Amino acid sequence: MIRARGLARTYSTRRGAVDAVRGVDLDVSAGEIVGFLGPNGAGKTTTLRMLTTLLRPTRGEATVAGADLRHDPGTVRRRIGYVAQSGSTAGEARAGEEVIDHALLYGVDRATAAARGRALFAALDLDGLWERKCATLSGGQRRRLDIAMGLIHEPRLVFLDEPTTGLDPQARANLWTHVRALRDDRGSTVFLTTHYLDEADALCDRILVIDHGAIVAEGSPEELKQRVSGDAIVLAATREQDVASIAAVAARLPDATAPTVDGTTVEVRAPQGRTLLVGLLRALDAEGLELDGVELRRPTLDDVFLTLTGRSLRDGENATTSDGAAA
Amino acid sequence: MTATLTAGPATAERRGTFVRDTLTVFRRALRISVRNPVWSVMGLLQPVLYLALFGPLLEPLAPALGAANAYQLFVPGLLVQLGMFGALFVGFGLISEWRDGVIEAERVSPAPRSALVLGRVLRDVLVVLVQGVVLVAVAFLFGLEAPFWGLVLGVLTAALLAAAFASLSYAVALVLKSEDALAPLMNGIALPLLLLSGILLPITAASAPTWLNHVSDVNPIKHVVSGIRAQFAGDIGSTTATWGYAITLALVAVGLWLGARTFRREDG
Repeated sequence: MIRARGLARTYSTRRGAVDAVRGVDLDVSAGEIVGFLGPNGAGKTTTLRMLTTLLRPTRGEATVAGADLRHDPGTVRRRIGYVAQSGSTAGEARAGEEVIDHALLYGVDRATAAARGRALFAALDLDGLWERKCATLSGGQRRRLDIAMGLIHEPRLVFLDEPTTGLDPQARANLWTHVRALRDDRGSTVFLTTHYLDEADALCDRILVIDHGAIVAEGSPEELKQRVSGDAIVLAATREQDVASIAAVAARLPDATAPTVDGTTVEVRAPQGRTLLVGLLRALDAEGLELDGVELRRPTLDDVFLTLTGRSLRDGENATTSDGAAA
Repeated sequence: MTATLTAGPATAERRGTFVRDTLTVFRRALRISVRNPVWSVMGLLQPVLYLALFGPLLEPLAPALGAANAYQLFVPGLLVQLGMFGALFVGFGLISEWRDGVIEAERVSPAPRSALVLGRVLRDVLVVLVQGVVLVAVAFLFGLEAPFWGLVLGVLTAALLAAAFASLSYAVALVLKSEDALAPLMNGIALPLLLLSGILLPITAASAPTWLNHVSDVNPIKHVVSGIRAQFAGDIGSTTATWGYAITLALVAVGLWLGARTFRREDG
C-alpha cells in the first residue's frame, strides 16, 4: 500500500540546510495498522506530509495507494484519507455540511455524501451532531469528526497524524476502538503517527521507529520489545548475605545482561525471561538461596526507545503510564 | 487560473472539476458569511458613515470640482473604498480556517488549488456586489444622480477590484499565517493607495501640487476611481472609463495569479 525508498526532505533555512528527513525506506501492506513512532522533531510529521502529497520530497520516491507520489499526486490524493493533527473543520461551519462539502471535493455526489456522512456519524458516536456548529463540539467529538472527514470518500489508505493528542484518557481509548474498526470493518490500511507508546502498543500491528530523520527500528510491538531489551527479572533476597550468590546464579542465564544489585534486590535482563524464570527459581532453590519475592517485568516500548536512541520518548507533559508489570 | 487548464487528454474533465470544486468552495464560504453577517454589515458601515457624515460637506464644493452633483464624484470613491477595504481583510478569515486545519484538509483533496482560492474570492465579490448596491441605494437618498448603466458598471468595477484585493489578501495571509502581521501590512498597503487615489477629493493637475499629482498617477487605484467617476457621469465608453476597466481587469489577473500560486505552493 505504501512503498518508499530514500524519501528525504531538506529545508533550507537562514542557517543552512536542515535535513528534516534524511532518507526513509518503508513498506506498508494492505490491511495493516502501522504506527510511526518518534519524539517530537524526529521527522514523523514531515514524512507524513510527504506521503500525503503536502510536501514535495527533496530526494527519493514512493508509491502510495498504487500511484507514484512524485508524478501522479492527484491519484494519490483521490485514494488516501488524511486526518491532520490540526483538525479539518471550521469552527463557524456545521458538522454535517463540512463533511458533505469535503466529499464534493472528491467528486462524490451530494446524496451519496449525505448517506455516507450519516452512517459515519453513527459509527463514530456522533449521532445528533449533524447540525451542530463545529466550535461547540468537545475535543473528542471534533477529532472523530476529523476522522469522518478523512473517510468520507472511502479511501483504502488512511493517514492519522497523532490522532489522540490532547484527548483525555477515556476519549483516547474510545478513539482506539474506532481506529481498529477502520481495519476490521472497512478493510482499510492505517498509517498513524504517535508519540504515545501505549497507543502504539495497543493499536499497531507493526511499528516503525524514526529518530533524527531516519528509521531506526521496525517490527511488531512484541518483536521490538523482545529484540531490544528482553524481560527484566527482579529477585528480592531474604538474607543480605545471599545477594552475591543470587547474582551469580542469575548471571548464568543465557544471553542475560550483567545482574545489577540494589540493596537486597537483584535485577537481570534476558530475552524471553519468562520462559527462563522457572529454571532460575529451581537453580536458586537447589543452592539453598531464599527469596522474598520475584517480579517479571515485560519491557515497554519506552525501554525499546531508550535502548535504540539513548533517550526516553516520554516528555514531561505527555507522560503516559505504561503497564510494566503486565505479563 | 490558466495553469490548471493545461492541455492534456483529461483537460475537459479537469475543467469540469475546476468549475465544480470552485462552486463547492464558493457555496461553503458564502454559507459561513451569511450565517455570520456581522463582518459584511460592518464593512458596509464605514462607507455609509462617510456618505452621511462627510458627503454633505462636499455638496457646496461640487461646482468648484467640476461636477454637477457632489455624490457623482464622491460615491465612486466610496465604492472603491468598499471594494478594497472589505476585500483586503478577508485574509483574517483564511488564517482562522488555516488554524482549524481546513486549508490543509482541502489541499490534500484532489481539488485544483486555484479552485480553493477562486471559490472564496467569488464569495467576496458577491458580498461587495450586495454592499455596493446597498451603498448606491443609500446614496440616492442623499441625492446621487447618475445614469443607470453607469451605476451598474461602477458597482461591477468595485466588485472586480474586490476580487483582486481578496486574492492578494488570501495570498499574503497564507504566507504570513498571523493576524498580527496581516493587519498592519494590509493597512500599510491600503491607506497610501486610498489617499493617493483621490477618493475623497479628486487629485488633478489643477487641485494638487505637481509632485502629488505625479505620484498619484502611478497608483492604479486612482485610474479605477477616475474610471468609475466617468461611468457615473455617463461617459461609459470614454478613455478614462476604458482605462479604469483595463486596470481593474489587470489587477484581477495579477491578484488571482498570486492567490492561486500561493495555494499551489507547498508549505515550507
